[in-house]
Formats: sequence, structure tokens, C-alpha cells
Amino acid sequence: MVQQHITSVYDRDLEAIQAHIMKMGGLVEAAIMSSARSLETRDAELANEVRAGDKAIDALEEIINQETARLIALRAPTASDLRLVLSVLKVSANLERIGDYAKNIAKRTTVLVEVPPVADSAAALRRMAREVELMLKDALDSYIQRDAELASDVITRDHEVDQMYNALFRQFLTFMAEDPRSITSCMHLHFIAKNIERMGDHVTAIAEQVVYLVTGHRPDDARPKGDTTSTTV
Amino acid sequence: MNDMSRLERVVETKNIKMECRDCQVYYGETHAIKDVNVDIEEKTVTAFIGPSGCGKSTFLRCLNRMNDTIATARVEGSFRLDGEDIYDRRVDPVQLRAKVGMVFQKPNPFPKSIYDNVAYGPRIHGLARNKAEMDEIVEKALRRGALWNEVKDRLDAPGTGLSGGQQQRLCIARAIATEPEVLLMDEPCSALDPIATAQVEELIDELRQNYSVVIVTHSMQQAARVSQKTAFFHLGNLVEFGETGQIFTNPVDPRTESYITGRIG
Repeated sequence: MVQQHITSVYDRDLEAIQAHIMKMGGLVEAAIMSSARSLETRDAELANEVRAGDKAIDALEEIINQETARLIALRAPTASDLRLVLSVLKVSANLERIGDYAKNIAKRTTVLVEVPPVADSAAALRRMAREVELMLKDALDSYIQRDAELASDVITRDHEVDQMYNALFRQFLTFMAEDPRSITSCMHLHFIAKNIERMGDHVTAIAEQVVYLVTGHRPDDARPKGDTTSTTV
Repeated sequence: MNDMSRLERVVETKNIKMECRDCQVYYGETHAIKDVNVDIEEKTVTAFIGPSGCGKSTFLRCLNRMNDTIATARVEGSFRLDGEDIYDRRVDPVQLRAKVGMVFQKPNPFPKSIYDNVAYGPRIHGLARNKAEMDEIVEKALRRGALWNEVKDRLDAPGTGLSGGQQQRLCIARAIATEPEVLLMDEPCSALDPIATAQVEELIDELRQNYSVVIVTHSMQQAARVSQKTAFFHLGNLVEFGETGQIFTNPVDPRTESYITGRIG
């Protein structure tokens, strides 16, 4: 870790804000996994818990925004401190969006439990969500440990999530063509897949913030673009 | 944008150490302090900010009757330390200043040894019965002043031979050697470099465990960094007094906003 500040209360303020980020990260990881599990186990009650739990995530983002504004006003952070404070704002915004996607998955789950399941798509979606959750865990670890290498690894792994999404996209197209009665379910399932794919993008954005925080530069390569569905016919 | 004033922060309610009501100060014909009301809380750092000549130092000097030494100055109003009127005729200003200590802008150690600089106050107030007790008081004050490790091997060396930052910490150690309850600091860092400033600021934060600290500073950033309460003075008026985070993120009075954002001075 970097050397301590001479004024120890400055370190305590910075640590407090990062503690909020980690708490928020923990809630968001749980929301990803619970929403995917509620879909797979057709558990409307768990889905409703995820929907209600999003308020706590939003409240933490609000606290982080306020604490950060206060820290900027009182301490005028510079260099790595400034990068940390800027990254905190972006990381919390990304976490908040991931939380919203989890909430949306839970919302669609409460509809999907009312209709017959579509093949084993829920299990595939849970695997995809699991991958994103692991990426988020590593991204947050890399953030706390200031580990740009681990962060770069997370950025690369988003490609796998994109490919899982591509596969599911084609699968849902096939299901809908074969059985038009599955269109409603498949549309919801497709949005869930898209939500998870977008979560991966937000995790990647968090990992990019880690690279910026550690090195002072944005990552060299443009992030891999694996989502090809916008050109699929 | 978020309304910072509605931010629910855990604000401890603290006892009031000094209560100042309807305070006026005149220098001859000049009305330097106008109807100022301030409560200084215990175990809190209170910062006074404002442009030059706004009255913040004048007001600070009222808190331990330093204005008594200025022939043309006239102080009115009520200044109470733990409920006792400090301008009562029965109050000895020397005793008062042992309770309400002061550190000045320029480090001003006595032309004596480091040891005697710190021992001076306790000696005239008879706080030590023998040499061993005095040694203990001196060491404790120097430790609290974050200076002990740098000077413990040369306590007999002259205080004036220390660096500027060390001299200022010596003056702080000297001020706290008499165990004051309130410590007044008038621009304590303006003659120091950034590292010595940070050390003094860290020291101020530690002193807050035991004392009330009132600091006058020209550096708004310093007020922001060290204080929990901030008072903004302008043309002898107390314009705004509030929680430091609120003053620096969402001041209520437009004059405060203009001053802290560098639009008036």
C-alpha cells in the first residue's frame, strides 16, 4: 500500500469511502447471484427480496456521492488521491447500474414463474451470471489490492460473457421459431441474458477504473467487443 | 445536485465550553466586532475564516482577554467559560490564560532552553512540586506536541535553534504544558512549510481528544482540513457558523459562498 498521510484523519476518510464501495460491491454480488438463482429455482419470494434489496444499493451510492463531494471540498485531493476519489464515483455508479439489472432480472422472474420453463435456459443464464459475479469479485479485489494485472484479466474475461450471450441469443431465436407460444418467455429470457451481458460491461468499466487508478492511464487496448448479435440475421 | 445540508451525518451533540453572546469590540471609534454570538464546543476544532480585517483575530483575542493589553480596545458582551464570565473583575487574566492558552502566528520561543520553554508556564503556576514532577510535565507536553522524539537528547539546547516547524510545535507544547481547556491558535501554520503544516494539523486533530481548539486561519483549505465547525467573519459580522462540511459544500449565506469560492476577499 501507499504511504500514510501525515494527517491520519485524511486516511480514515479515504478508507471510509472505500469501505462503502466494498459494502456496496458485496450487496451487488449477492443481488446478481440471488436473481439468477430465483430464476433457476422459480422462487418468486427470493426474486421479490432482490427487488426490495436494490434500495440499499441505491442508498449506498447516495452516501458515497455525498461523502466524496465532502472529501473533495475539504481535502482537495491530488495525484493518486484524486484518481482514487474520481474512481470511487465511477465504480459506485457502475455498481448501482449492475444492481438495477439484477433488480430487472428479478422482476422478469416474477413473471416467468407463472409460465412453463423454456428448456434449460435458466441454468445457462445462471452460469452466465456466475461468471459475471466472479468477474465482479475479482474486479473489486483488484481495486482494493491496487492490482492492475488482475483488473486486466477481468477485462479480457468479458469476452466469454459476450460469447455466452451470443449463444443464448441464437438459442432463443430457434425456440421462438419452433414454438411461437414460447415467444413471451423467450423475450423475457432474452432481456435477462442481455442484462447479464450489460453487467459484464459495467464490471469491465470498474476494472478499467482500477487500471487508471494504479497506472494513471486508461487501459492500452480497446476492450474486446464480443457481442455480435447486433449484426446477426 | 444533492442538497448537502440535508445530509444525515452523525453529529455528536457536544457540551458548550465557551458561550459568547452579543459581543462587540471597539478600537476607539471603530466598531470591529458587531453582535457576534458563538458557542465553542468542547473537544472540537472551531475555525474562524474571513478576509483580512474581518475581525476574526480580534474575536479570538477576546476569548482569553488578550485585548486587555490594547489601550484603545473596548470589549462588550458576555463571554463565558463553563458558565463563568471571563470578564468578571474577580477573574485574574493570568489564571484565565492558563486555562485558555494561545499559540501565535510566528513561532516565538523564549530565548531559553527547550526544557525551560515548556517548564515556564507550569513553574509560574506552581504545577510541579519537585524536579521529577517537572520533568514528567515537560516530557508529556513535548510528546503531545509531537516533538519529544526530535528533541529528547538536547533539552538543554536553546529553543530558538530549532527549525521553524519545530519551534511552532515547541510553542504548542509550551501552551499545553499548563493543561489548558481551550487552545487558541492565531495563524499557527502561516510561517511553516507544507510538511510542518501537516504535522501541526495532525497535532491539532490529536489535541481535540482533550481540548477545545479555536483556530484563525487565512487558508480556507486548512480550515476545511482541521475543523469540525467553521465560522465565517466579514466586516466584523459573523456571517455564518456551521458544520465544516456544510460550510464548504453548501453554505447558506451567499457571502460565504462568494468568499470560499474566491469571488470576494
